[in-house]
Amino acid sequence: MKDVALKMIDRAKQLLESGEVARVIGWKKGDFCYDPTPAAFETVEELKDFVYDYFCGANLSKYLIQMSKKEGKTAVFLKPCDTYSFNQLIKEHRIKRENVYVIAVECLGKLDIEKIKAQGISFVTGVEVVEKDVKVFTADGETTLYKPDVVLSKCATCTKTHQVKDEEIILHERPAKDVNRFEEVEKLEAMTEEERFAFWREQLSKCIRCNACRNVCPACSCLKCVFDNPSSGVAAKANDDKFEEQLFHIIRAFHVAGRCTDCGECSRVCPQNIPLHLLNRKFIKDIDNLYGEYQAGETDEGKTPLTSYTESDAEPKDVFNGEAK
Amino acid sequence: MLKIAKERLNELYAKINESMGLFIPVKKAGEVNYAVWGEGKEVSLETLKTVKSPKNAFFPQTETMMKFKTEGKNIEVVDVRKDYVEEGKLFVLFGVKACDYKAIEVLDKVFLAEPVDTYYKARKDAMTVVTLACSRPEESCFCGVFGIDATAPEGDVTTWLDEAYLYWQANTEKGEKLTALVKDLFEEGGEKEVAAQKEATKAILAKLPYAALNLNRFKPENLNDLFDDPAWESLSEACLGCGTCTFVCPTCQCFDIRDFKTHEGIMRYRCWDSCMYSDFTLMAHGNSRTTQMQRFRQRFMHKLVYYPSQNNGLYSCVGCGRCVNKCPQRLNIVKVIKTLGGKAND
Repeated sequence: MKDVALKMIDRAKQLLESGEVARVIGWKKGDFCYDPTPAAFETVEELKDFVYDYFCGANLSKYLIQMSKKEGKTAVFLKPCDTYSFNQLIKEHRIKRENVYVIAVECLGKLDIEKIKAQGISFVTGVEVVEKDVKVFTADGETTLYKPDVVLSKCATCTKTHQVKDEEIILHERPAKDVNRFEEVEKLEAMTEEERFAFWREQLSKCIRCNACRNVCPACSCLKCVFDNPSSGVAAKANDDKFEEQLFHIIRAFHVAGRCTDCGECSRVCPQNIPLHLLNRKFIKDIDNLYGEYQAGETDEGKTPLTSYTESDAEPKDVFNGEAK
Repeated sequence: MLKIAKERLNELYAKINESMGLFIPVKKAGEVNYAVWGEGKEVSLETLKTVKSPKNAFFPQTETMMKFKTEGKNIEVVDVRKDYVEEGKLFVLFGVKACDYKAIEVLDKVFLAEPVDTYYKARKDAMTVVTLACSRPEESCFCGVFGIDATAPEGDVTTWLDEAYLYWQANTEKGEKLTALVKDLFEEGGEKEVAAQKEATKAILAKLPYAALNLNRFKPENLNDLFDDPAWESLSEACLGCGTCTFVCPTCQCFDIRDFKTHEGIMRYRCWDSCMYSDFTLMAHGNSRTTQMQRFRQRFMHKLVYYPSQNNGLYSCVGCGRCVNKCPQRLNIVKVIKTLGGKAND
């Protein structure tokens, strides 16, 4: 991964020096080895803090809504999953495509420091990943962890490939994965209604209504969210362990249905680790079943199942009875 | 000093719960937060940092303030405030770490100053705080920067936990009362073990990466300089404008008041608010802070400059490090302090 990062820095330097772009969006190193922050780099000097490593999990696409409207071109490093969000934002006319230069970068799955810490390891000073082994270095020595146990949940079942690239920096091919991303959804579907209700109530009752899931979500790009508008009549800042409040997440899942690319940022940012991506995945699975397989963000144009009518569309009664296609 | 074997802690909780409410770190759906104790709940005193701070035990995230009952043209205002002490509804907040305890002092200065917040005071009066010393601080901790001793928190009762025992020491009248209630479960002893643990913990604390943050520049006389510092732009660049940092913070105190329509009338409630939100302090003319940079700056200026300038230099950050761990994009107060506070040892 270090070789990839070096290539990225070189390329960013060239682009800034030549004046081809006014800024490069990437990640800035933090205080530890695991806390990089998304950042825009405007000078070669600033690139001294540029990093790209196993902890660069953030999806940078949404920042382009603002950045692409600034003067001059913006170069951005996008991981495979990020490119779907990018396409979707283009489709929704949120990003000025002509102002963005996309550099596709490899991703072998990103790590979740909370999962590493949950294994009783703190004071992490570095990691080294070799296939499925994650060697974690600390002040006291090193420990080897099994990678699937400590990757971000969004990376666990990811098989995405770059959908957009003006150029690419890929030095290592990702080994093919044979995974079913709907496995967890199927487990929930197999539950009785009561069990499923209990599962979500317990999970959603942890919600602190911080809106991190909404604010990070590339599909949530409304200029003013209805929940932030005091005159909407539904704005509610309060969290409450009642089902009415928990509808917030369900309403949000409905709102992004057909547009959610399954980038998994909602679950990554949730301070209470609520598996919010499972709500979205359930919608994705149902859309696949009812309208034929569809992956949001695969292209930046074309019709989408929930916004275009065809005569063969599932009837509401079929959906309700679970009898469609 | 008293001690109780770890495997008997459940008896202690049950004993307290016979006559008082008990708020304690409980694991639910994988995460540990303060919650009401009950038989079968998975208590986790070992968890260093609960996701939410314990403040919601006495400053709940949502709280009804009053109700308006309407009948024809009559509006009746219903006062829902309670005197918990009078009603005998006392409770114990158990397992509070030194940083979170200090945070209560920060909140008190806001809510108990004139005019006293009677909702807050009613809960505080009914509350006995049992603190728990830290034995395994981690890299995001920096309470020492604010003069807090993680090995000897104050509180009505101070406790220490090791592999075998919970050690107990009452500090106040409230603490003595609680001790009298549960004394039969305890035996004498523990001074040596506690002293040894303190020493071991202090060695860890001294070596923490954030042990020596420099706060020198955060003084009232530098207010304008700090406010105008160009670094705020880059510091806040990645901010999502979510409320995670404010809602996990033990000292954040802002709330909004709203009305909620019910079948019987109007319910007026307050709920935590976040200065990171676009509708925070929204007024008829619009919002006083129109960019995320301004909102971000407000939060940290409040913690490090505005609040201390009104409270004899007391910072309204206690170094719990929750925002360090929980910010989705890894922004936090430490990065602000490091960027704006000046070089270490200045």
